[in-house]
Amino acid sequence: MSNYLKLVALGLVVFIAALAANWGRDLAYQVHAILIMLVAAGMFVWVLRQTDSPQPTIDTSGYMDGVIRAGVIATGFWGVVGFLVGVVIAFQLAFPVLNLDWAQPYANFGRLRPLHTSAVIFAFGGNALIMSSFYIVQRTCGARLWGGNLAWFVFWGYNLFIVLAATGYLLGATQSKEYAEPEWYVDIWLTVVWVAFLAVYLGTIFTRKERHIYVANWFLLSFIVTVAMLHIVNNISIPVSIWGSKSVQVFAGVQDAMTQWWYGHNAVGFFLTAGFLGMMYYFVPKQAGRPVFSYKLSIIHFWALIFLYIWAGPHHLHYTALPDWASTLGMVFSIILWMPSWGGMINGLMTLQGAWDKLRTDPIIRMMVISLAFYGMSTFEGPMMSIRAVNSLSHYTDWTIGHVHSGALGWNGMITFGALYFLTPKLWGRAQMYSMSAINWHFWLATIGIVLYASSMWVTGIMEGLMWREVDAQGFLVNSFADTVSAKFPMYVVRGLGGVMYLAGALIMAWNMWMTIRGGETVTAPVGVPAE
Amino acid sequence: MADKKNDIDETSGIETTGHNWDGIKELNNPLPRWWLWCFYLTIIWGVGYTIAYPAWPMITGATSGVLGYSTRAEVAQDIARFDEQNSALETALADADLTTLAENEELHRYAVAGGAAVFRAQCSQCHGSGAAGATGYPNLLDDDWLWGGDIENIAYTIRHGVRNETDFDARWSEMPAFGDILERDEIDGVVQHVLAISGQDHDAELAATGAEVFYDQCSACHAEDGVGNRDLGAPNLTDAIWLYGSDVAALTETVRNARFGIMPPWGERLGEADTKAVAAYVHQLGGGE
Repeated sequence: MSNYLKLVALGLVVFIAALAANWGRDLAYQVHAILIMLVAAGMFVWVLRQTDSPQPTIDTSGYMDGVIRAGVIATGFWGVVGFLVGVVIAFQLAFPVLNLDWAQPYANFGRLRPLHTSAVIFAFGGNALIMSSFYIVQRTCGARLWGGNLAWFVFWGYNLFIVLAATGYLLGATQSKEYAEPEWYVDIWLTVVWVAFLAVYLGTIFTRKERHIYVANWFLLSFIVTVAMLHIVNNISIPVSIWGSKSVQVFAGVQDAMTQWWYGHNAVGFFLTAGFLGMMYYFVPKQAGRPVFSYKLSIIHFWALIFLYIWAGPHHLHYTALPDWASTLGMVFSIILWMPSWGGMINGLMTLQGAWDKLRTDPIIRMMVISLAFYGMSTFEGPMMSIRAVNSLSHYTDWTIGHVHSGALGWNGMITFGALYFLTPKLWGRAQMYSMSAINWHFWLATIGIVLYASSMWVTGIMEGLMWREVDAQGFLVNSFADTVSAKFPMYVVRGLGGVMYLAGALIMAWNMWMTIRGGETVTAPVGVPAE
Repeated sequence: MADKKNDIDETSGIETTGHNWDGIKELNNPLPRWWLWCFYLTIIWGVGYTIAYPAWPMITGATSGVLGYSTRAEVAQDIARFDEQNSALETALADADLTTLAENEELHRYAVAGGAAVFRAQCSQCHGSGAAGATGYPNLLDDDWLWGGDIENIAYTIRHGVRNETDFDARWSEMPAFGDILERDEIDGVVQHVLAISGQDHDAELAATGAEVFYDQCSACHAEDGVGNRDLGAPNLTDAIWLYGSDVAALTETVRNARFGIMPPWGERLGEADTKAVAAYVHQLGGGE
């Protein structure tokens, strides 16, 4: 019976999508309508073929790991895609001729840049968060994922969102809000998927067999709930037509800017910090085989972090139309946030107490440790850059780009790589990753890549900040903007090379995952055996 | 699974909380002292800072802070300080006669420094940060001037611009698109003639026929010998300086479709002193007459 309802619903979606493709007012909208039509038609056929045929019974006694395996593959795939686009746009900045004439307007920097940021944050990071939260919540609750195939809906629905967002950027559909570029109908779809995600997650926690809820789950739940709130408020807009992608924001002027950076900063705070701390709190103690350092610290820093983070957004708008009082508060909350952020680093690093020797033998632990080190570095750098006087130098310069990347490549990237190396053998029933020395290669390529990236951006960022503000004794500007651009060239090349190294490491990881999943012979020789 | 009381971690000898999730336990360590004190310190500092600076929103406004600080006032102070320091020179420059400006050493130095700053902010987008120009945008370092290179003429061009619709007094001239007027072989001939008078490789036979066409069609503005006419902004075609390129393709394009370079008027936007300052800066770059 339910299959017939599904068929009716899918049929309707196909029909409406066909209408939308016909009446669509812009290319992005039409392409999306056709895409949705094809997806719904494919599902229609799939459901039809299953109807009235005997279904194999699914064993629901164990953990639900199929969707996590899919998530692991998607994370690896989107990671490589996102890093690749990053390398392309890094070289476009160094060599503008790479904005190839024949590929205009689709492949210019302006369209590829949001493709890069969304691919790494939402596709790579988002899939990593969804798959690892599904894994962690089951293991730490002793319960199977709630909601049956709802978890599969979350996975496919989320990845459809990514495809819609990415193709939309290339075809010119954007609402021009940083990290919230997708247009209204893509936002609505993400809201539906996200509510399903919350339901699966909460349902699993409600059916748990453990009495207490593990700290990783606090962080992951705060991430899911807060991102839902941020996403909805920042994307309140009115479509110009339901047959077109364009929409108009309901907030205007500085209110719009403040809403955007309340969202933007907490996307960093709850997506890239709280969510990934949830991952850290599971994978670091598991890989180290050691207890979490301090339960008390995890409670205090959790509540302090989620209370303080939400107020720090105005530091993105120093010296703008934003009133001084809001800017002061944003800065003050950012500085008070410093220690609560470091609480996670301390708890992670100190968990290695009694297992530090594993740093020499286990490249996965090494990855997690360097990830925590970069987390600590960028959560110190962030509060420092939020200070008004520092910000007057750093804002709008490449220093910001360097800061973001030491956090994203160092913290988010490395902890995700660690999680992938932890999960891949477990989920496919292998003893360990196919090649441990390949993990070592990945570690060093990625680490040196980040160092090149971050240091070149510090140099070029501080240099251009100083050049912009330089005036002579009579108050006259010393440098033109073009002078600062040409002065940055060598650092842009170094940054691009750093990106190439980071991408090369990710490609090695993808190969290693592939070989592990394929089940080839395992390389058992441990790497870096300590001297006897 | 179940909570165990008095569970001691063997490696560290520290009690755990008794919880166990999928093999993960938690030690019952206290908060690190230095961490807690740093956290308290940042909170105390935060309270103090919000008293000193504008911070807390109230019903009709926000607290203004005991230091009376404001970002806008800070910038305004900065600007006022330089304005006051420079006011005598600024007034003198606005009233100065450009032809004798160079004689007043202090004022001239001030004008050149200020003009350079304005140039970097407003003019470099087209003329380049070093004023060397680009295709379609004249090089201001050489002594080849389309509309005159003495300081008064430079100031006039800056003040009113070239071929714009916004300033009635803008420099104005318009070369016809000869693609509608001449035959294809006549255009080829003119191009060869221009190559010839500018001392480049050319087809002598074609150039000879082109010379006649040039005399009939082009000499009114560019003069019979092709040296141009500054009153009309008609470029000198006998030198090696080319705004749109000197090869056959570029010259053919110029003759066939003409060019129409536009420069906006800057007089109103910059004001009298800054306009003169930019003129003084451009004039002393090397080619000023």
